[in-house]
This record gives sequence, C-alpha cells and structure tokens, in this order.
Amino acid sequence: MFDTLKTRIFQGKQYIKDIKNASISESFRGFPVLHSNMDTSSCEGICPTNALNLNPLSIDMGKCTFCGACAKVCKAVEFSNGYKLASTDREKLVVTAGTKYEDYIKSAVETKKEIVKIFGRSLKLRQVSAGGCNGCEMELNACSNVNFDMGRFGIDFVASPRHADGIVITGPITKNMAYALEDCYKSTPEPKIVVLCGACAVSGGIFQASAELNREFLDKYPVDLYIPGCPVHPLTFINAILSYINDKK
Amino acid sequence: MARWTKVKNNTKINLSDIPGMGIEELKKQIIEMKMRPVGFFGKDWGFGCVRLFVILADDANSDLYISSAIFGPNDKSYESITQDVPSFHIFEREFYEQFGIEPLNHPWLKPVRVNQDEYQFFEMEGEEVHQVAVGPIHAGVIEPGHFRFMCNGEKVYHLEIMLGYQNRGVEDMMLKNHSGQLAESICGDSAVAHCIAYSQAIEVLKGIQISNKSQLIRKIALEMERMAIHIGDMGAISGDIAYLMGAAVFGATRTLVINTMLDLSGSRFGRGLITVGGVNYDLSDEFIEKAIKTFDKVGKDVDRMVKTMLKNSTVMSRLEKTGIVSAEKAKDIGLVGMAAKASGVELDTRFDFPDKWIKELDIERVPFCGTGDVYSRFKLRYKEVKESICMIKKLFEKWKEYKEEPLVADGIGNNYIPDAMVISTVEGWRGEVVHIVMTDINRKISRYKIKDPSFNNWYGLALAVRNNGISDFPLCNKSFNLSYSGNDL
Repeated sequence: MFDTLKTRIFQGKQYIKDIKNASISESFRGFPVLHSNMDTSSCEGICPTNALNLNPLSIDMGKCTFCGACAKVCKAVEFSNGYKLASTDREKLVVTAGTKYEDYIKSAVETKKEIVKIFGRSLKLRQVSAGGCNGCEMELNACSNVNFDMGRFGIDFVASPRHADGIVITGPITKNMAYALEDCYKSTPEPKIVVLCGACAVSGGIFQASAELNREFLDKYPVDLYIPGCPVHPLTFINAILSYINDKK
Repeated sequence: MARWTKVKNNTKINLSDIPGMGIEELKKQIIEMKMRPVGFFGKDWGFGCVRLFVILADDANSDLYISSAIFGPNDKSYESITQDVPSFHIFEREFYEQFGIEPLNHPWLKPVRVNQDEYQFFEMEGEEVHQVAVGPIHAGVIEPGHFRFMCNGEKVYHLEIMLGYQNRGVEDMMLKNHSGQLAESICGDSAVAHCIAYSQAIEVLKGIQISNKSQLIRKIALEMERMAIHIGDMGAISGDIAYLMGAAVFGATRTLVINTMLDLSGSRFGRGLITVGGVNYDLSDEFIEKAIKTFDKVGKDVDRMVKTMLKNSTVMSRLEKTGIVSAEKAKDIGLVGMAAKASGVELDTRFDFPDKWIKELDIERVPFCGTGDVYSRFKLRYKEVKESICMIKKLFEKWKEYKEEPLVADGIGNNYIPDAMVISTVEGWRGEVVHIVMTDINRKISRYKIKDPSFNNWYGLALAVRNNGISDFPLCNKSFNLSYSGNDL
C-alpha cells in the first residue's frame, strides 16, 4: 500500500493541460509547406503514394504518409510540425503552394449545428481496423492514456457499435473486412458519423494499388471527417474530433 | 550434407548453388536434420512447375541451410512433413494456399489468409460443451481476427484462431513496387524491424555496403522500438487485470521512449528513419545526452513500478501459472522470439546470428529460463527493457567513434545482382522478422517472401489458453501480443 502511494506520488500529473495548443517536437513531420518557383525535378517519382503532384505543386495529405522522402531531396517541400491536419472536406486535404497552416486550420473543419448539439458533450466511437497495420490503432489507444486523456472531453472508444455515435475506420479496407465493416456501420444507431483515420483509410495510402482491397463502403456511405497521418498522432486525432463536435470560439 | 547449401544471414546466395532433390528425399532429410524451419515457400518455376525452397536454421552455429524440390505440372500432392515435424504446420498450410500443392495427411489443413467462407471449425460435441465466437471486430481498439472457443462452463477446451482479415497482398505489392514505406506498413508496431530486414535484403542484392554509423543507428532504433513496445505491453497486461496503476505508469513511461524516437526521426514509431543504403537522420551529442537522461528515468520508473506491482498478491495470482506453454510444446510447434524465450527456449537472432557489434560491444546473452506462463512473459519484457537500455548506452558510445561517417552510402543504383537470393533476419521485439528476396536473370526481383514472428506464434496462443478460464483469454492474448497484419500480410 505504501509503495503504491509512493509510486503514485512519483508519477505526479502527466496529462497535457491545453491539448488545443500543446507543443510538439520540432522534428515531427506534420503540415507540409510548399514553395513555388523552385526546381522540383529531383522529386520526380519519389513519392511512394503519389501524394506529391509537381505541376502545379501540391501535396494530397489524404495520400501522404509523411515519410519525408520528398523534403529530403528537394527544397520546394518542407514539413512543418503543425499537427492539426484534419478536414471535413476531402478536397481541402490537397495543400498547394499558397496554403498557410494558420489559414488551413481556420477553415478545414466545418461543423454543423446539429452535430455540436447532439455530440458536443459526449461522443462514443467504435473503431474498426480494416487492414490497419496497428500503427493507427496504437495511436488511437494512446489517445486514451494518461498523457492525452481524451476521456476528459467526453470522447471515448466503446466496445459495441450499439453504444456508439460513430465509427472510426483505420486501414485501407481489405476485401476480407468489407462485410464486417458494413455490418458494424449498420449496427450503429442513427444519427452517426464516419471518421476516416490515417492515410490508408482516407485514400488507401501505401496500399492504394493493392488488389486485395474493397473500398465500396466509402462509395455507399457518407464520410464526415478525414484525419491524415501515417500513423495519426494522438494530438491530430483529438483536435480533429474536438473541432468537429465543438463550436470554435 | 552435400544436398544442402550452408549460408549465413544477410549474404548473397547464387540461385545456381541451391541444390534440389525429390520431395520424398527432402522430407527424409528435414526429419533427420532436426532443425528449425525459417522458410518454406514456393516459387513459380515456369512451364507449370513450382519450386519449393526450404530454409532451416542451425541456431547454435549461426548457420542457415537451404535446399529445394521441384514439383512438375502434374505433381499436386506430397506426404506432409507436419506429421513428423509439427513446426512445419503453418508453413505447409501457406504453401498449399499459395500454390495448390496439397500436403497429404496434414492434421490441420485449413485456410491461412483467404477463402474464409470455406473454413471448417473444429467442433466438439457434448451436452455441456458450448461455443463462444469472438470477432473479427474485437472489443478494444485492435486489429481484426476471429476466435472460436470450445468451452465447458468457464473452462476452455480448445481455441481456434481464424485470421486473414488483414490480408493486403503485401508480398505481391513488394514485387511490383517495393519501398521502405511499404515495409514499415507490414506491421506498424515492428516498423523498424521490418524496414531493417527489407533494407538489408535490398542492400545485399544491390551490393551496397552501409557505413558503421548507420548500422549503429539502426541498432539503436531497433532497441528503442523493443523498449517502447515492451513497456506498452506491460501497461496493457496491467490494464487487463484491472491494475490501473500499472496501466497508467507504464503508459506514461512508454510515451517518453516514443517521444525520443520522434525527436530522432520525426515519427513516434521510427517511420522514415531507415532507408536503403543507411539511415535518414543522424544522432547528435545533445540528442544522446537528452536520450540517456530520459532512458535513465525510464529505467527507474519501470523498476519502481514492477517492484510495486509484483509485490501485490492479487496481481501475482492473475499472472502466475496462467496460460502456460511448456518448453517442449514451444519447441514442437516452432515458437520463436519472445514467446519461445518465455517458455525457456532461448531463441534470439541477435545472439544466434550475431553481427560484429555484439562481439565488439561485449554484449552477452543472459538466459531467461522462463516457465511459459503470463508471469514469465511479463518478467521477460522487464528484463529486455533493462537490457535494451544498457545496449543503447553502449551503442551511443560507439556512435561517437564513427561520427564522421556518411549516413547514406553512395552509388545506390537500380541494378540488382542477377539470379541471386538473400535471407535477411532481424530480431524485432516479437521475434525473428525474416525477409527472403530473389532476383531473376533480368535483374528483377522475382519473389519476395516475408515471415513475421506472429506467423509461428499464433498457434502458441491457442495452446496457452487450453484448460484456462475463458476470462483469462484477454490476458493471455495481451501477453503474446501477436500481430494480425504481420501474419496476414
């Protein structure tokens, strides 16, 4: 008992107080900054997911794995440590030379009044891994640890889709998981949201050319929130959900 | 032994040096050699023929033995090796699935990754026997897989694990367009281990020699990955027995390690760090100073928490004698890595197939002598975390000697050595990660075979839960923490 108390005292407070403005390591590869009018010939064919388009210069964050291969060989691309990457609009994930991080975060997530009213104080999510490599899954688990402590905002992962207000999909959606995913979606009561988490879920990511995928689910049902990353950093995920279910004031 | 070619880990093998023999003879010799299978896979050999490659490991002498057999267009079956050497069971199932050549009298010939609709579950009959089906979507935030328990009341008689939900066709994709990013996504928790195995294989086939410095940085990253995941798993085991103090402390401690990785590589899991020809990011004196301080704190925190935790009798009663896999069974079914070590079978690629650094840095294997229960797997993690911290410090010191060397080797062309093969084995935190790559005469990659340690170890979990309460299943599962995506590819 005494030891337990001692350990508890040593442990102290671990949570990040202000999660919306939390600082992150300088070396984190987040929001890409593109410079036009520079020689980009060295980037040709270097992007493993075809996220980088050279003419005109743009990066599709929905495909980008943030591997940094392009920034390594070419000065026209830099990765800042901006971690608020999510958007409610798939088109907005395409970053062009003029896009500034400050402007992006202002307009990227557009929420609706009903969403804030229904889910603003409590959002329970069911996560479905449909071919995810365990990278995004580990980061989603980390969202609930003592550092990020997502539960304090009323956001939790639940075991049953029947208890959930929405589903979070990770992975490129394999053929073998397509049925289970749809089943899970149908089991979730209305109103519900669908969140795509990670490059694989948003676009197929590194697996977009695989013959073993079945992404029909995304044609059938609407998607509410796209969260880029490979894997998605917990700060990216939590901020994405928070800005979606709360009015930005 | 003229019918087997003796090779080393990470060296070029000429395809023409690999002997061939009839499958009957091959089977006979496999039984005689009494060695552990590392590879057992087919390759299309043209004109409807299939060539089966078998790679066996002689761990005591750091040797690999390779041989092969050719099946003609009309040879559609052979007597299974599993009947005599059980550790081949999953390899033969995979070979059957990929090439349609049936191992006759295989005791457990079921789908591995595809055709789940045809899967026939083992069933027991009796008034008091009932089935519990779980998955593919589990209660927690984890990957999908289907589990079926045959229970009598709370007691599990038998667990059957059906996987394949994660199948993304990685081996095929590797043939068409391989990249380090793809290798990192084979199994996201072993991103570093898989990317090292991939890079080493490609380097051998391109004839690239990487600098000492980048070798050291790779080793450091690999040990950091091991530490981070092990600490995370200790937290997860605590969580599963509702010892929340442990879950909280280990969770926070793990964050320190992965944030150090973030400082180094820009990703919490070391993605983007390793590249063919070397590494992308360098250490610095400031980084080392900071990292050593962090790891000292991590070591102390883990020490304190483990001591407190294991003094607690309710914790011990959940961990001890739960989910036992005996050493004999572990050897029989061919467990590798952590799961094997915890059962008292000392398999560790770092020491079985040592590189020059292990000798140069005086790193010695300390046997663990586990008893195969959850407690052993917990204690093994603790031991390995401590060892990794020591090893990383030594590697940091060594790095200072090679500071001036380049990060990435020069002259990485697109040309592969023709008609060659390489076996690249890396000890990830879970066990041996094996990448086997072959090239053809046109200098193109013609076969890419991946073996994650989970492939060997899933059956170990099925054995571990036998005769345990079904409520101990999550705990057993967490103590193995096997990869679904690494198995399904």
